Amino acid sequence: MNIIDKIKQAGLIGRGGAGFPTHLKWQAVKDAHSKIKYLVINGAEGEPGVYKDKYILVNHLDELAQGVKLAADCISITKIYFYLNPKYFDEYKKNITSSFNKVGLKGKFELFKKPSKAGYIGGEESTILNIIEGEILEPRLKPPFPTECGLWGQPTLINNIETLYNVSLVNKGKYKNNRFYSVNVNFKNKGVYELSSELTIAEVLKKTGNYPEYKFFVQVGGDAAGEVLNDKQLDQKVSGAGSITIFDFKKHNPEKLVKFWFDFFADNSCGQCTPCREGTYRLREMFNETKSVAKLLNNNKLSEIIENLNLTPFCALGSSIPMAISSYLKNVYNPNK
Amino acid sequence: MSITPTNNYMNKKINIKINGKKYLVETGQTILNVARANNIFIPSLCYHPDLHVKANCRVCVVEIKGQRRLSTACSTQVAPGMEIFTDSAKVKTARDTNLELIFASHREKCSDCTLQYECSLLSLAKRYKIKANNFKDRKNNYLTYKFDKSVEIDGSQCIDCQNCVDVCKNVQKIGYLEVQGKGSDRKIIPTNNKKIDCIYCGQCTSHCPVASAQEQSQSLEVENILRDKKDKTVIAIFAPSTRMTIGEDFALPYGQDNSPKMIGALKKLGFDQVMDVNFSADTTTLVEATELLERLSSPRGVLPLLTSCCPAWVKYLEFYRPDLIPNLTTSRSPHIQLGGIIKTYWAKEKKIKPENIVVVSIMPCTAKKFEITRSELKIGKNYPVDYVLTVRELVYLIKKNKIDFKKVAVEKSDNLINDGSSAGLIFGASGGVMESALRTASYVLNSSAKNKLRTSRLEFKEVRGQAGVKEAQVTLSGKKLRVAVVNGIGNVKPVLKNIKKYDYIEVMSCPGACLGGGGQPIPVSREIVSKRTAGIYQVDKTSKLRTAHDNPSAVKIIEWLKDKKLDHEVLHTHYSKKTRK
Repeated sequence: MNIIDKIKQAGLIGRGGAGFPTHLKWQAVKDAHSKIKYLVINGAEGEPGVYKDKYILVNHLDELAQGVKLAADCISITKIYFYLNPKYFDEYKKNITSSFNKVGLKGKFELFKKPSKAGYIGGEESTILNIIEGEILEPRLKPPFPTECGLWGQPTLINNIETLYNVSLVNKGKYKNNRFYSVNVNFKNKGVYELSSELTIAEVLKKTGNYPEYKFFVQVGGDAAGEVLNDKQLDQKVSGAGSITIFDFKKHNPEKLVKFWFDFFADNSCGQCTPCREGTYRLREMFNETKSVAKLLNNNKLSEIIENLNLTPFCALGSSIPMAISSYLKNVYNPNK
Repeated sequence: MSITPTNNYMNKKINIKINGKKYLVETGQTILNVARANNIFIPSLCYHPDLHVKANCRVCVVEIKGQRRLSTACSTQVAPGMEIFTDSAKVKTARDTNLELIFASHREKCSDCTLQYECSLLSLAKRYKIKANNFKDRKNNYLTYKFDKSVEIDGSQCIDCQNCVDVCKNVQKIGYLEVQGKGSDRKIIPTNNKKIDCIYCGQCTSHCPVASAQEQSQSLEVENILRDKKDKTVIAIFAPSTRMTIGEDFALPYGQDNSPKMIGALKKLGFDQVMDVNFSADTTTLVEATELLERLSSPRGVLPLLTSCCPAWVKYLEFYRPDLIPNLTTSRSPHIQLGGIIKTYWAKEKKIKPENIVVVSIMPCTAKKFEITRSELKIGKNYPVDYVLTVRELVYLIKKNKIDFKKVAVEKSDNLINDGSSAGLIFGASGGVMESALRTASYVLNSSAKNKLRTSRLEFKEVRGQAGVKEAQVTLSGKKLRVAVVNGIGNVKPVLKNIKKYDYIEVMSCPGACLGGGGQPIPVSREIVSKRTAGIYQVDKTSKLRTAHDNPSAVKIIEWLKDKKLDHEVLHTHYSKKTRK
């Protein structure tokens, strides 16, 4: 059985957050008619609260290299770009190079440091292509998809670090449908755990010994774009990039939290489209006028801007912006507290 | 890099629904194109038919049945069975919110803005009753960048659509404008790369939906002079292409020659005299055709001869290819020649001191604003032309002064200097300068040839049209002339690379030449330029005077200038290498 069939059978999906079936991406690039094909390893890890890529670089670098080699061979990749979070770049550059050389990728890959100003949007796959090409920091219009028209117009496979690590497990028959969970308390990382992807949020917290005794709520799938759930809503699987961040309900400060989200998105919008560029700017401005969540809720422009961010942004990161604030207001926030 | 959705090669017919009504449409089209073809209005700002689909303003959003999120009509192709809603409650709210957000990033100075009658944003804001004051203007302290005396980009008006960057980089292939910064700190700025400079073509201004990029306006200065002339005689001169386009801003058909109304409106605005640059296009042709024949017959003549009517092209050459300066014709551009003729010949005939004459040029062009400030053009102490107004600025003055262009009393231009030939008129179209010169060169060569039966050739259709580069081999009285016409500066590089292949090259910086000029009415597109072009050749076809050399007054005035030893000062110029300031 070839590797693409194995991936299909294992049911691998992208671990960057979007959850797209991995075998379809591989097949599309393999089938694309071109002598030049690129592989981009997405190690941007720009979502706050997610540390799995770093964990893999520390603990499973050889497996990652094997996964990359499998992709390169299967798809006849001309050149590999390892696009990496600047915080990890200097620390792991040497190890990555030697691991990659060891599996026979010497001369085929280039480590590309994600510009520090690129931020959150610098992890979006078509934005990465623009960054590597030296173009404007913004996502591209799709279609065409990178699988047919990616780096310099050539078919390009873009996979997350975790996905390529999983590929090597699949190849060895060791893939057990696990995934990595980053568990954090109040924005501080408690650890990264490799567990079944079938677990519910509550199960992950219990299995890792992180289930709080106090009244709490969580943000799941990233500290910026993740969904906020109260402690009655934990009987569901972990979404997105696999993080769970725990907050103490009584101790948490709604203003601080909302300010964090609004600042994050305003600072990290690429500025390409109106709803995100202007919307995140106005959300921050509206909040800063009163610095009170209760008063913010009286502003009739709030729901308009949030709904507009749901419906009209250019890219998926833009339309994920309202998730945190909307789910927090719905599931957790109590104005009378 | 952004990519325009590709056309589906199958062109299959499919059924879709828009707002509940069925349409049978071809695949491979965007929702926006289908809607517009069926007279369904969908608003847009960043969309331009000649540019990449950027889909960044998010104003053209529509609802597609079965999809929670809205889609941009400009970037989404129709699909079988698609049900589209252009005006659902969801669409209305999102569209209005985006318009409101955009409006709040565009500092309103609408009441003073020259382009208030051509601004897409203002017209959408009126259409949908968008409130301008729900948010504070966020760009009040953004800078204005001025590109010499031609164009400016006012950052406080910019809505970040990137059309200016796109047209400068991808159509004109100059790349002077760049996006700087991220998020709400984005700005459009001139590049730091000192090897790149603006050529003042103004395509950024005619592709800006909100007049953030616009001409450096002199309309109010001109209006003040007209109000208080003192001892000045104020003369308007208007370029060949301008009469063919001005009507568009008054809902008149494309490609209509509106010279008499234009003269009437100019007189109503207070100009003492109006003269037609077609006349000096004829003198330009006579000067340039003579130079071409001289260079062809002289063993030391520098070839190919390059045209110089387009000031953006001249700037391009002086900056990027100063080695080719000897190839440029020494002939001044038509309106500069006319300004000089007015301040010498006409002034003498009318017994007016040249320093008491103010010449205002109505041009399709922003680079002409820069051209008139070149000190080498001075005749004695006087500049030939004192002000340049774009067609848009003139329209602004006409509308501001409540002159009804459609009903204005038609007038004739000055009688000392005639209205020129239609060879002068076609200077406005790509290939027109070339064709006019070839008409005259053909005549000159034939009249000196022994076989008098041969008639000189009138039409050179091989140099017409909207192709980026047009090449032809023209036989004039047995002599083979290899010519090229570059339609848009973005197409110039391959021609300059093979420059030895040619004897004579016309270059116009704007796509569609002056008819697509950076100072022309908005909107402009290749399709609109084609309609304007069809109009100009229609006028030429039925004209009684189709050659420059048959314009007796042009011949006479050149003789007069030679007689008075003014020909060099009035008709010729020189060029010099330019560096970025």
